[in-house]
Amino acid sequence: MAQSLVLVSDLHKDYQTAAGAITVLKQVNFSMDAGDFVAIMGPSGSGKSTFMNILGCLDKPTSGQYTLDGHQVANLSGNALAQIRNQTIGFVFQGFNLLSRVSLLDNVALPLVYSGVNKSERQARAKVLLEKVGLGQYINSLPNQISGGQQQRVAIARALVNHPRLILADEPTGNLDSKTSEDIMTLFSELNADGITIVLVTHESDIAAYASRQIRFLDGRIVQDTRSKTIASIASAKEPD
Amino acid sequence: MFSAMLGEAWRAMGANRLRTFLTMLGMVIGVGAVVLMMAIGQGAQESVKQSINAMGSNLFIVLSGSFTASGARSGSGNASSLTVIDANAISELDGVSNVAPISMGNAQVVFGNNNWATSIIGTTPAYLEIRVWDLEDGYVFSESDMRSATRVALIGKTVVDNIFGDINPIGKTIRIKQNPFVVLGVLKSKGQSLDGRDQDDTIIIPLTTAQRKILGNRFAGSVRQIMVQANTPEVMTMVEQNINGLLNQRHNIREGADSDFFVRNLTAVANSAAETTRTMSLLLGAIASVSLLVGGIGIMNIMLVSVTERTREIGIRMAIGARERDILLQFLLEAIVISVIGCLIGLFLGITGAMLVNKLTQAAVVISGNSVMIAFAVAASVGIFFGFYPARKAARLNPIEALRYQ
Repeated sequence: MAQSLVLVSDLHKDYQTAAGAITVLKQVNFSMDAGDFVAIMGPSGSGKSTFMNILGCLDKPTSGQYTLDGHQVANLSGNALAQIRNQTIGFVFQGFNLLSRVSLLDNVALPLVYSGVNKSERQARAKVLLEKVGLGQYINSLPNQISGGQQQRVAIARALVNHPRLILADEPTGNLDSKTSEDIMTLFSELNADGITIVLVTHESDIAAYASRQIRFLDGRIVQDTRSKTIASIASAKEPD
Repeated sequence: MFSAMLGEAWRAMGANRLRTFLTMLGMVIGVGAVVLMMAIGQGAQESVKQSINAMGSNLFIVLSGSFTASGARSGSGNASSLTVIDANAISELDGVSNVAPISMGNAQVVFGNNNWATSIIGTTPAYLEIRVWDLEDGYVFSESDMRSATRVALIGKTVVDNIFGDINPIGKTIRIKQNPFVVLGVLKSKGQSLDGRDQDDTIIIPLTTAQRKILGNRFAGSVRQIMVQANTPEVMTMVEQNINGLLNQRHNIREGADSDFFVRNLTAVANSAAETTRTMSLLLGAIASVSLLVGGIGIMNIMLVSVTERTREIGIRMAIGARERDILLQFLLEAIVISVIGCLIGLFLGITGAMLVNKLTQAAVVISGNSVMIAFAVAASVGIFFGFYPARKAARLNPIEALRYQ
């Protein structure tokens, strides 16, 4: 592919506070290709969450350029940004962020409401994805009737429902125990193997090890950028063909 | 998309039923009050309008003046200053379409074993034309009855009910002050007059008969009143001046001296009564609208609370691709659904209440399609107006801050 899926150059982000301007991101340069699996690490306050928000078109940089899938994000209107969040990006949050009063099926189908898909197709697509993440029997349950790990699977199904090119996961295992975290990360690995690009924020190195590339933030700068074999590829290499 | 949002609105309302119900109650009371008050106000206007139509249009009444006997002054209408000839002279004036001289008094009426005291009006057939008074049955006395002072009578509904009961009165003979009268016709019911008198409690006989046999007159041909109808409302002022001029001249009243008659414009009195009820119904509607306004403020209040409570939900929706206008529409729709449902319930209660008022007090109520449509339109606009600010507040939330909101 000639063009990177994500291309960030000379990115700055300042916040105005009562105490004066705080610089959160400085001279960040970053690019990733379609199919990458990137883990972003760093202590809290290092700027990694702000960086994720900018990548997710929820926030705009103070200066610098962000090109997503060939579009200059800075030039886009609010509606166009909403459309990108709807169709190009899928979000997975630490706190799952499902709508508590709404069935799992409708939760997963929700992004399709905003892309104008009709009801029968919405439900059909949501059902397929819930089955894919292993929750086909719970489609009419409410989020508080299932476990945290299952809720995160629902959130992943929701992120996938509009066939996004990029999944942004902000500490997706932060609220889960280690066994469930492993399951969720295995699911991400499988998705990446299917060709979906993933950016993952975490501060646990064993979670970051699932990714093929690790980036470390410190004081608003990228200080480390390493590539490794993914756990999934190591595991599959062990298996006899 | 729209139906999905309606579903969302419905679910959000169901999530807090008591709160939704109380919010709706504001609209229910507001719309109910407006519909009820407009029904009562329009009912009052309608009944005044009917009374005015029953009275006849463009009317003057010429009353004879008072006289003084041994220092005691009688009331107006008692002097014998007006005559049938005055009436004939008035009918020659420009712009006058009908003239009816009237003599009246009270008398006991007897049929069989029943008797009843009622008012007797002696007049000409023109009187019925002026008052737009038709017969239920039978026929009106003629000019020849007038000339020969025949003893014939037209009787009102109340008199029929009291002395005839179920018997058909046409052709029967009744006694008025011992004189036998043949009943020619029964008058159509006119109900109450503007001042609340029962207009059906009356008997109409030829003027000549009344003067000679029943009421008795100090001077032959004198009458107590002359009813005058003008052609159009526009000529009324001119006609009034001409009547005054004509009668002053005929009665030899000098310039500056007191007249021995009065001219009253009945239509002006009726119009002022109509104006009063119109003002009253406007006032009732205005007071009721205040409760509609209060209901709208209730909706706004609850929607603001709802937006704050659901900040995180709004953040989630924005993150997965909701545009500003999607969020705006979602909350606006919720406010509109609440106010429209409240409005429908209010309409139902208002109409039921109006019917109940009608049943219990016999007061006329009018539920017009107009007032229902106005109430509905106002309720929907109240929903939009008071729902817009909270909805816009929701749509303008910063998605990052909304997602972080606990």
